[in-house]
Amino acid sequence: MTSETKGYDRTSRVLHWSVAAIVIGLFASGFWMVDLSYYSSWYRTAPFWHKSVGVLLFLMMGYRVLWRLLNGTATPLASHSKAVQRVSHLTHLLLYVLIFLIICSGYLISTADGRPIEVFGLFDLPSAGELFAEQADRAGVVHKFAAYGLIALAVIHALAALKHHFFDKDETLKRMLNP
Amino acid sequence: MKKLFIASLMASMLAAPALQAAEYEIDTQGAHAFIQFKISHLGYSWLYGRFNTFKGNFSYDAAKLADSKIQLEIDTKSIDSNHAERDKHLRSPDFLNVDKHSKATFVSTKIVPKAGADFDVVGNFTLNGVTKEIVINATKLGEGSDPWGGYRAGFAGTTSINLEDFAIKNILGPASATVHLDLSVEGIKKS
Repeated sequence: MTSETKGYDRTSRVLHWSVAAIVIGLFASGFWMVDLSYYSSWYRTAPFWHKSVGVLLFLMMGYRVLWRLLNGTATPLASHSKAVQRVSHLTHLLLYVLIFLIICSGYLISTADGRPIEVFGLFDLPSAGELFAEQADRAGVVHKFAAYGLIALAVIHALAALKHHFFDKDETLKRMLNP
Repeated sequence: MKKLFIASLMASMLAAPALQAAEYEIDTQGAHAFIQFKISHLGYSWLYGRFNTFKGNFSYDAAKLADSKIQLEIDTKSIDSNHAERDKHLRSPDFLNVDKHSKATFVSTKIVPKAGADFDVVGNFTLNGVTKEIVINATKLGEGSDPWGGYRAGFAGTTSINLEDFAIKNILGPASATVHLDLSVEGIKKS
């Protein structure tokens, strides 16, 4: 590690791991709640929490992007080949895009009929109305497959980090854990 | 001989309109026709919905009611219960499975006149790929010229179907096994 290499600041690290935990939680809850029986006590509460946390994730991701634009991000490790650097950068970009795509499509499902989204019982996120035909169904397809795509990519992302840590024995994972 | 043939031909031509019931196109264009449904919610209240897109026609002659016929084709995707998330669920394989069965149809096979303006419409109803005979309790509401140069006839009808008869698993509970359909159709006579 050269002295010019910039690592991840504390805010970026906290945001990274918080977003990771929330994304996994939202995926798990979404996967589980679509098959809840009508008489399950979770039938109404699970979607409520899923949507509320989704809106929270949107705020966090907005802050994360803003933070990254203002403060920059870690410079790639010199030990990584140009190809590895490029692929990692593209992966990170795609992870961001997928997260926003899932949040937006989720919003479009729930607001397709003009209803707002109730966020933690604190406030209502208003609907933008029906923006296109069959909005709930089409947004639903995007929401589902983008979520599968995100989780698949996140698994690859995690495996790559572990590979760098255990096989290449470099700083990749460590600098996301420590300053 | 030739004269007789022409005479009989003319007679049959004159008689034909009286024998043949008039054809009507159901006025979905002007939305003077409705296919509504209601189903119990938990046994505590009624949930109402409708199919927004359908088409159909009927033949009808007040003097020969038993010869009347009606057919309907409903776009199952157009189900509307005023709640996008619920409608999405209703279109899914849990209920109407609209990707596989985009149409529901009703074709009458028999009209049974009853007292007054009432009659039964017996026919085959196809929903979710399953065809079953159902009976619609119908009544004639009225007919006559409209203010725009056309001729209209209107009917109302009700029927009930059990979800499980049409291979739709009832996941809504015992009070919600039956869907009540309420039809109101106005036809414009074809010229």
